[in-house]
Amino acid sequence: MTHYLLSVHSVEGEAREPMTDEERAQSHKQLGVLEQEMKSTGAWVFSGRLHDPATATVVRMAGGEVVTTDGPFVESKEHLGGFYIIQAEDLDGALGWASRVTDAIRVPIEVRPFAGFEA
Amino acid sequence: MGDGEAATRLENAEVGRIFREESGRSLAALIRTFGDIDVAEDAVQEAFAVALGRWPREGVPPNPGGWITTTARNHAIDRLRRESRGRELLSEVAVLTPGRDDPGEPDVGPVQDDRLRLIFTCCHPALSTQAQVALTLRLLGGLSTEQVARSFLVTEATMARRLVRAKHKIKAARIPYRVPEAHELPDRLRPVLAVVYLVYNAGLTGSAEPDLCAEAIRLARILAALMPDEPEVAGLLALLLLTESRRASRTGADGSLVVLGEQDRTRWDRGLISEGQAILRWCLRRNQPGAYQLQAAINAVHADAATVEQTDWPQIVALYDQLLGVAPTPVVALNRAIAIGELQGPAVALALVDELDLDNYHLFHATRADLLRRLGRHREATAAYQRAAAMAPTDAERAFLRRGGRASR
Repeated sequence: MTHYLLSVHSVEGEAREPMTDEERAQSHKQLGVLEQEMKSTGAWVFSGRLHDPATATVVRMAGGEVVTTDGPFVESKEHLGGFYIIQAEDLDGALGWASRVTDAIRVPIEVRPFAGFEA
Repeated sequence: MGDGEAATRLENAEVGRIFREESGRSLAALIRTFGDIDVAEDAVQEAFAVALGRWPREGVPPNPGGWITTTARNHAIDRLRRESRGRELLSEVAVLTPGRDDPGEPDVGPVQDDRLRLIFTCCHPALSTQAQVALTLRLLGGLSTEQVARSFLVTEATMARRLVRAKHKIKAARIPYRVPEAHELPDRLRPVLAVVYLVYNAGLTGSAEPDLCAEAIRLARILAALMPDEPEVAGLLALLLLTESRRASRTGADGSLVVLGEQDRTRWDRGLISEGQAILRWCLRRNQPGAYQLQAAINAVHADAATVEQTDWPQIVALYDQLLGVAPTPVVALNRAIAIGELQGPAVALALVDELDLDNYHLFHATRADLLRRLGRHREATAAYQRAAAMAPTDAERAFLRRGGRASR
């Protein structure tokens, strides 16, 4: 088994395809079913949704001291909106879950393996 | 240099050829056993060194493929025993594949062939097309990194990096080593066929050595043997054979391109044509047309015509209509327009061509140039020939276009 990060990337200012209330409800329902299935099959490890990047804080070492600054680490238009950590037999398994997530929320999903997490 | 030395050198080339023919299968089997491409590659490379030392003296063993697999496997096991990480890997192998060490293991049938697993791994959609092509030629075709690099006009170092990167991704992301299931097959087969077709076309326009056309046909034959029920696999093989039948007549004495209408049709290889047409007849009975089968059918119609005037253009237009249905690309539309031009004249064709958004494609300008010339619009034709020549990717095509295309018609 390998662990994979499925990350949901959003582009700031670039509105998603506008959804009607009905579509949004459908999307939530689809995602709920999907997450339930991830859990019941043992694929789900952890997942979360993040607040927007304006809420981020960065700490770093500078001259032997910790300096705290406001804002995201990288100023970019693309940011991480949420993620799943799943485990799968191989990349095809991970891509299968990712396909279903993108189908539910209509946002591109990046799939990346964790290093040294093979169980 | 004595004669004996020359004879040995010749033998070495022969060893290299036989080895290359057989090594893909051995490599594929070893990757399954050890679950690691690098381990398998090193082992096959060592077996090659042994073969170079032994075969010229003792002769080629009766089953060279089996010999390579056994020799390479023994080398891999020896090497892994010496390394601690290798010992771990070996114990995993023992758990995963009990009894796999038996060199006399019988072939379990075409579907189980490890080469099929290997090509689906090499052409996994998670890899870039460049990486897919490089991996396929290196691992399945047995070409050296240097040969693969030369085929795609990059330095050996660049190609080596590309291969290392691709293999690292296969390992880290765990791209599986298996033949896709029936429901995934249509999607997963597409890049596999595209890679083989790309290799062929690189051979058609590229340098002579290594002969990528022959390599692509060899790969297509392997695929057709391993997936006997897939009409598009057969269609690709037929397309390559029919295209190959004309390869010798594509180039003039001065090295420039000779277009279809001007080729010496007596030089077409009738053996390849009848093989391609027989495959197509089988496809027709299956009645699941696809892009490769249709392109092969178009080539088969050309192959049937003793002269360009005797070409069954209505049939070709009908096939392009069908092809446009399954592959609606501007390049297909361009070729369809050319065929329509043969039936309805250059003015109709030019009107169709001018609607296409292909300004960056040299054959778009070459086609316009030819049609304009036939319409007597010589100044515009000259300008179009110049644009086409400036964009042409090969010397042969540039030479043809600089000459202003066909001398007469």
